[in-house]
Amino acid sequence: MSTFRSPSATSSDSMSAPADAMSLRGTLRRSERLAERRIHGWAGEVSLADLARGTALGGAAAALAGRSVLLRVADPLYAAIALVEFDGVASRIVLSPPDLQDEALPGVVLQAGIEAAVTDGAEPIAGLPTHRLALPVQLQDSPPAAIASEWVMFTSGTSGPPKMVIHTLAALTGAIKPAAAGAPPPVWGTFYDIRRYGGLQILLRALFGEGSLAITAPDEPMPDFLTRVAAVGVTHLTGTPSHWRRVLMTPQSRALSPAYVRLSGEIADQAVLDALKARFPGAPIGHAYASTEAGVGFEVNDGLAGFPADYVGRAGDVALRVVDGALQVKSARASSGYVDGRTLAGDDGFVDTGDMVELRGERYHFVGRRGGVINVGGLKAHPEEIEAVINAHPAVRMSRVSGRRSPITGAIVAAEVVLHDPGADEAAAREGILAACRERLAPFKVPAMLRFTPSLPMTAGGKLERAVG
Amino acid sequence: MTLIDVTPALQAHEQETCELELKTTLRALIAAKFESVAAAQRKPLAGPLADELVLLESGLDSLCFAIIVATLEDELGFDPFTEAEDVYFPVTFGDFVRFYERAR
Repeated sequence: MSTFRSPSATSSDSMSAPADAMSLRGTLRRSERLAERRIHGWAGEVSLADLARGTALGGAAAALAGRSVLLRVADPLYAAIALVEFDGVASRIVLSPPDLQDEALPGVVLQAGIEAAVTDGAEPIAGLPTHRLALPVQLQDSPPAAIASEWVMFTSGTSGPPKMVIHTLAALTGAIKPAAAGAPPPVWGTFYDIRRYGGLQILLRALFGEGSLAITAPDEPMPDFLTRVAAVGVTHLTGTPSHWRRVLMTPQSRALSPAYVRLSGEIADQAVLDALKARFPGAPIGHAYASTEAGVGFEVNDGLAGFPADYVGRAGDVALRVVDGALQVKSARASSGYVDGRTLAGDDGFVDTGDMVELRGERYHFVGRRGGVINVGGLKAHPEEIEAVINAHPAVRMSRVSGRRSPITGAIVAAEVVLHDPGADEAAAREGILAACRERLAPFKVPAMLRFTPSLPMTAGGKLERAVG
Repeated sequence: MTLIDVTPALQAHEQETCELELKTTLRALIAAKFESVAAAQRKPLAGPLADELVLLESGLDSLCFAIIVATLEDELGFDPFTEAEDVYFPVTFGDFVRFYERAR
């Protein structure tokens, strides 16, 4: 039974045909190998053939037609299911990231004009009419996509509290190229959460590129996920440099043989690129520059850190320029604005990313965030450029640099370092690291304090956790 | 025969010795820190670490002093510069040591 359409449904059906074709469901229905395609979650899996036609909401999607809906689930598999089901149906889909606190919900509901919630849990969300997602997917008629839904995502909040930005599916998929004819179907795997920009890109690549996808869940241990990745035959594996450094520390990583390795979300330094090249010699290793606000900027596939200087000013979908050391992006893939109505881009359409770059020879290198500078007596140091030098030391797995308050210079540079081998000679490593820093960095950037630690914390978004402010 | 109770004197002497030792230790610790930071930062000390050595002429720059203060804070558990209510700038090495002694 399908009672989901308003009386005007008949007249709008011909109007909605292009919207339906553009939607996630319309895209899936055109797939020639839909029956083979799956999304593999931690707790279960779902067939894309079922998803293209069925519902995990017991038909409640009809009640959500034209509504602004908050998607707040514990298991990201349900986020993937709901996105397919709601795209083109809900007027706005607000994708709650896993670490959004309950206390923040009333403000989010108000700001984004949310009218209903969808969850995989038992409790109603923020006093809203709440619909529950459940597997298995039930096959039944579902409403055709009639509109271009707005997708609302949260920024990672690396500089200040998270903000909600609006995207369209067209902007989100702007960087995705069609699958090459005759290419084997990719099986994507990602360490990102698909409720964040980086992870969502991978979900969309799988859905639009005739692929399948393996996703992890917030509580799933990395070794367990890697075992699943190997079991389902993931060919395209993606994560942040922090994710990858963690992967390289697991014995399970030795059993992987991806056809493609991709990094984004943080600065990919030469050390992590080289380590991945050594671990996965057969795989091209690409790093992408993207942000929730500016969209996918570009990809770099030559195995080197940074990006060629001629990317700046070249013709194409994405225009780049550098203003006062900061990268600015103008792109149809950028967000159309914040939910509170503020625009992201300046009058000339460029979005200031806040990512600082430095020209060295023929290449731009990322040096850090504008807000993340350590001010040592008036001289500015970016934590990331110092970390890149520390990480290049052969004994180092990863590092975190921060400013330590100083009554003399305002701040000094402090470093925490994780070694590959916890039993290594720390004194020798310290000498080697500091010698490398002295050779390659200005004296005030050389860590004044350096301590070794067994591990460094990662945010829910898969980035190295940094103190705010 | 008059018995003189020497206990108070002994106690006073012990306390003095103890304080003297602590002062010596603190001075030695600070001096060692100056020397190690100078070596690590490749900034040779201009002269022996005597009380009258003027800090600005010691060969160390403000980054060196920042590191000395931070490492001393880690080892002693306090940083007199931050704790001081008034802005205070020690001029000589002796001032610097006394600043730490008073704050202890």
